[in-house]
Amino acid sequence: MYPVLQYFVVPFIHGVVLTLVLLLCVAYLTFMERKVIAFMQVRIGPNRVGPRGLLQPIADVVKLLIKEDLTPDAADRRVFYIAPVVATLATIAAFAVIPYGGPEATLRIFGFTIRPYIADVNVGILYVISISSIGVFGIVLGGWASNSKYPMLGGLRSAAQMISYEVPFGLAIIGVLMITGTASLVEIVQWQQQHTWLFWLQPFALVLFFIAGVAENNRAPFDLPEAESELVAGFHTEYSGFKFAFFFLAEYIAMIVVSALVVTLFFGGWLPVTFGLGHLFPRIPALLSGAWGGPWVMLLAGMGWVFIKIFLMLYLYLWIRATFPRYRYDQLMNIGWKFMIPASLAWIVLTGAGILAFQAIRS
Amino acid sequence: MYQTSELEINMGPQHPATHGVLRLVLKLDGETIVEVRPVIGYLHRGVEKLSENRGYRSVTPLTDRLDYCAAFAENHSYVGAVEKLIGVEVPPRARTMRVVLAELQRITSHLIWLATHGLDIGAMTIFLYAFREREKCLDLFEGYCGARLTYNALRIGGLAQEFPDGWAVELKRFLAELPTRIEQYETLLTGNRIWRQRTEGVGVIDAQTALGLGLTGPTLRGSGVDYDVRKYAPYENYGEFDFDIPIGSKGDTYDRYLIRMEEMRQSRRIILQALERMPDGPILAKVAGRIRPPSGAEAYFMTESPRGEMSVYLVSDGSDKPYRVRFRSPCFNNLQGLPALSKGHMVADVVALIGSIDIVLGCVDR
Repeated sequence: MYPVLQYFVVPFIHGVVLTLVLLLCVAYLTFMERKVIAFMQVRIGPNRVGPRGLLQPIADVVKLLIKEDLTPDAADRRVFYIAPVVATLATIAAFAVIPYGGPEATLRIFGFTIRPYIADVNVGILYVISISSIGVFGIVLGGWASNSKYPMLGGLRSAAQMISYEVPFGLAIIGVLMITGTASLVEIVQWQQQHTWLFWLQPFALVLFFIAGVAENNRAPFDLPEAESELVAGFHTEYSGFKFAFFFLAEYIAMIVVSALVVTLFFGGWLPVTFGLGHLFPRIPALLSGAWGGPWVMLLAGMGWVFIKIFLMLYLYLWIRATFPRYRYDQLMNIGWKFMIPASLAWIVLTGAGILAFQAIRS
Repeated sequence: MYQTSELEINMGPQHPATHGVLRLVLKLDGETIVEVRPVIGYLHRGVEKLSENRGYRSVTPLTDRLDYCAAFAENHSYVGAVEKLIGVEVPPRARTMRVVLAELQRITSHLIWLATHGLDIGAMTIFLYAFREREKCLDLFEGYCGARLTYNALRIGGLAQEFPDGWAVELKRFLAELPTRIEQYETLLTGNRIWRQRTEGVGVIDAQTALGLGLTGPTLRGSGVDYDVRKYAPYENYGEFDFDIPIGSKGDTYDRYLIRMEEMRQSRRIILQALERMPDGPILAKVAGRIRPPSGAEAYFMTESPRGEMSVYLVSDGSDKPYRVRFRSPCFNNLQGLPALSKGHMVADVVALIGSIDIVLGCVDR
């Protein structure tokens, strides 16, 4: 068909649908957070709006939309408007390369090819990490544009924390890159399909990556910049209504991005839950992945597995939030620079040695 | 070139973490604190002046509102002072009942301390767990005197009410599960690396400075000073019971935390002994309808409230209203220690320290 349609319009529509589904998921992630943390704290959480509280996120969205949109007098108007948008766009854009199904689950509708990922960039991981770094701009701009002491301090602290933890975030997965030999997310999952899930081979990298991800997202126990009981209420103090919702969204979408990355890089992405031991019982993964049903079934199965795995990672996020106290800012930075970076460098050396040893034994 | 200047920031009277209307003016050098100046008085209600216009019995409800988290202890100090002033002997059963209630109040107050201290440092869950226990304590108090927070449970000469039927059984049931709960809290916090990093070495104060500043209670005992009014100048019949006073060694927030956790266990010990040895007899001594102490009589009565040494100094001028009631509040003196404790620390530590010295603004401001 016309290349414009295939290469421009179809991915555009794909992206729009993905974004809408993502926004719905994020809304229900906030609901899940409130419920899960409530249950851990011997409470119930929201249960009034709709059956068992299920319409709570809708109520929240409506509330934020109809709230008064206050812009402080002294604020830099244009930057004030742009900051939340930058933060959210950056995190949504990261979803362009995250696969939720295998390349075998490609659909053909009306002659158009629709793959279960928007793009398979062969520097996929690099792309995701770079785009997340752009999200930091949103925070700095937000704090700056508020033109007020506390949001600016909070914004700077948040930003410093995020860029500090991007280093171990990136270093932790170099081991994965070394083992699989590719930076494309789809190919990494395919490697895991042929060999074994990477968390067996890179457990320490998984831990480092996850912790760096939690710190990147300003989530507990690294959430000092936005804690209510601290002096500065964070960069989003002056924001109200939908602009605040954008910052809120950005944080939760970033959580999902990190969870999706962990799942894709270490836990097999769209592969059925065999923990990489599927080769022992080849019938089971074939059955669970829907290989018997053609692309539609495979797509649904893949999506289902990805969803379950990301759900479990998010549950871990919430579990950690409910359990641990907060780190002080200097302790937080200490951990990032003085522990995680040397640890990830050591792990890279170890992985390299391991690969060489493996190849030596093989030959 | 560039000069850095110190930032003066107000941690205003309305703040989620200042446990009431405390205002702190912080002078910061970057993130490090150069000076902390507490500004108090936002909850001053003139209780001492109000007391001068009321009969001795009518002052007791006012004392409830001083330290509203440990209202019984405040009642206790005042009522004890009046009894000392007029020379009334409290019957033994009433004394033992007072010990039971006072120690139950200590557990209740320490639970609120644990909840808010944990919440300020970021451990949200401990807040709800401790309040779950506190609810049971408040139910017990409500069963006894009808109020959850401001008890007015004491009368001059003893107590107004007996323990209701089955109350002691309920109390024993609560105490039976208390050790497992305290262990649950300890599992969440004591060994937790993050908790230890936030509390060890934070707010260290040595014994000499602590004594000089007039600190009392767990804040003082954390620095290794063995001072507890229950052992030093036993009141009621504390002398008969067998209990330990936890003493710290380093004087940091972690020590103060451990001390209060242990005090909850020791309070449970005292209550169980008291319930066992409860003598029979009257619970209210005979006191004149209108209390008119001799002119010029003075009395000073100290108790160990959960926050420190709470004492009342009464002066009489021969009329039926006190001439002067002076409440020596532990929180006021402990708050004095905050600037010394927070020297050289960071802003985030101030919040931990306010929780660690455990102040209630009603007590500070009176």
